[in-house]
Amino acid sequence: MIAERMIELFTDYTLRNVTIGSMLLGAISGLLGCFAVLRRQALLGDAMSHAALPGIALAFLLTGQRDTFTLLLGAAIAALAAALWLLAIVRTSRIKDDAALALILAVFFGFGLVLLSYVQRQPTAAQAGLKSFLFGQAAALVERDLWAMLAIGGPALALIAIFWPQVKLISFDPDFARSLGLPVRRFEVLLTSVIVVAIVIGLQTVGVVLMSAMLIAPAVAARQWTNRLETMVLLAAGFGALAAFSGAWISALGERLATGPVIVLAMSALTAISLLIAPERGLLWRRWRLMRQWQSGNGE
Amino acid sequence: MLTPQLEVQLIAVIIAAACTLPGVFLVLRRMAMLSDAISHTVLLGIVLAYLISNSLASPLLFVGAVAMGVITVWLVEVVSGSRLVREDAAIGLVFPALFSLAVLLISRYAGNIHLDTDSVLLGELAFAPFDRITLWGIDLPRALFFGSGALILNAILLALFYKELKLATFDPALAATLGFSPAIIHYGLMTSVSLTAVTAFDAVGSILVIALMVAPPATAYLLTDRLPRMIGLSVAIGVAAALSGYWVARWLDVSIAGAMATMAGIGFGAAWLFAPQRGIVAQALQHRNRRERFAVQMLTLHLLNHEGASDAVIECHPRHLIEELRWQPAFADAIVRRAEQNGFIRRQGEVLCLTEQGRALARDL
Repeated sequence: MIAERMIELFTDYTLRNVTIGSMLLGAISGLLGCFAVLRRQALLGDAMSHAALPGIALAFLLTGQRDTFTLLLGAAIAALAAALWLLAIVRTSRIKDDAALALILAVFFGFGLVLLSYVQRQPTAAQAGLKSFLFGQAAALVERDLWAMLAIGGPALALIAIFWPQVKLISFDPDFARSLGLPVRRFEVLLTSVIVVAIVIGLQTVGVVLMSAMLIAPAVAARQWTNRLETMVLLAAGFGALAAFSGAWISALGERLATGPVIVLAMSALTAISLLIAPERGLLWRRWRLMRQWQSGNGE
Repeated sequence: MLTPQLEVQLIAVIIAAACTLPGVFLVLRRMAMLSDAISHTVLLGIVLAYLISNSLASPLLFVGAVAMGVITVWLVEVVSGSRLVREDAAIGLVFPALFSLAVLLISRYAGNIHLDTDSVLLGELAFAPFDRITLWGIDLPRALFFGSGALILNAILLALFYKELKLATFDPALAATLGFSPAIIHYGLMTSVSLTAVTAFDAVGSILVIALMVAPPATAYLLTDRLPRMIGLSVAIGVAAALSGYWVARWLDVSIAGAMATMAGIGFGAAWLFAPQRGIVAQALQHRNRRERFAVQMLTLHLLNHEGASDAVIECHPRHLIEELRWQPAFADAIVRRAEQNGFIRRQGEVLCLTEQGRALARDL
């Protein structure tokens, strides 16, 4: 039964969309999340994904369209606006980034709720479904959504690949990059936009509330296993896809197991394991090595 | 005795005040994002306590939720304390995991009860007056009773530990050497945050809890340098956001909690732009003022150098400033006018001359 379900994940039409869609999301957000974590902007993803909500509602109110692409475009614009306001607040005032993040997260989300409650009063029947962006609705993914994910995610990945040397330098040592004359500001905007892309892709599957985990957890897990950025980025993509696959599988096995939260839990478990046993860095691994050293020291 | 309308406003005002008190210290201690984590994970505490006690009225729910908030903070510290993960990433790892667990537990084991995840995030302040309890013969909305409790407790804690909190916030090293344990102060504050979040989120939703804890103190921080004034201003701003949000929501018939968060954000935006000394506009004006004052000094120095010289007619002509000092024509006009108004220079025909005052200024430089 368990194995049967695993095959069904790829043969059954609905399940296949859910599985492939989640894995795409896991891989893309895992890969792009590395840059957020390395640049100490882990929680920027959390703030931006909450901030996407008013964009979704506004896109619907302005265009009357409910198709994925329009709504996600609105989400991207709102998330980017939030990120830019955040950077402006931190740069021009004494407010530190933690307060700016929490403030923008709550205020944009609150404004999104205002717009959503306004949308819900509209007589048009088409308004249903906007709320699914709160927690995501992986089960509702259709083939068109997968193509939309690829269409949005592909260019973002291509940009990272093209500017790989610069992106790498800026992720680790922005001051050195600046001294070399690289347009660091422009690349920072590029990297932030790329994170927006990852968020926008994840909104349908895991929703605004849990999206930050999909950005942070794969990157943190991958970081424990390697010191090379190339390896880390690929590992994070792999971890993201693996967690998404197991999440989709587990939620297909049981009843009333929403895919989004299960994926996040699977990803958290992977991260916890990495933090414990990864060679060189893992907590248990370090303790084990200490014990070995202590024993060999006693033996001599 | 009170109409539901008045009760809703009273609840909102009290919860806003209760949230801003610990919020001031969250903002000053750079821990604002912990309010995000705590306000989400208390849900897990409630669910676990419900599954154990099998009742939604059990006091265990309250205890479990507060404890889970503190456990969240502790977990974040354990993860970031391992030095494998930075603190912000640790927050982003811990709370989505605990929140996901809560969402799954609810949908699987507690789906038929009042705990639905939407209302946790969004809250439904309009329904708060219908959830009533009677205490000592007084019939009150539950949220009003618990909100007042949280406000009074926070106010007492603040009054008792004001000195310690202030010292530990602005000079943690000195506080530690004087024997105030940073851990006790930290966890005391976090318990207060957690308790307030638990009390408030039932009525207003976890997102508004974050907004009320962070936005009013951040706004006040732009307006004053003194801690007592910042606390007072924060409470006032929080109350103003709650009341104005309520009326905007009624006027447009939209989500009350959302409108309050939006008003808190608009208040912050206004302070960010127009705060008397720290606002964007004030900063720009100060910058322009400094630049112009400096330019006037340059002008007097230039005139002093060429005073009485044979080429004074050329050198001291306003048009020459544009070439010599590389000023834009409009800027040169403005500076000459400003210097004239301040009594540093006067015009003799086309040529600019220093006054006594202007000569003194230039010599002093």
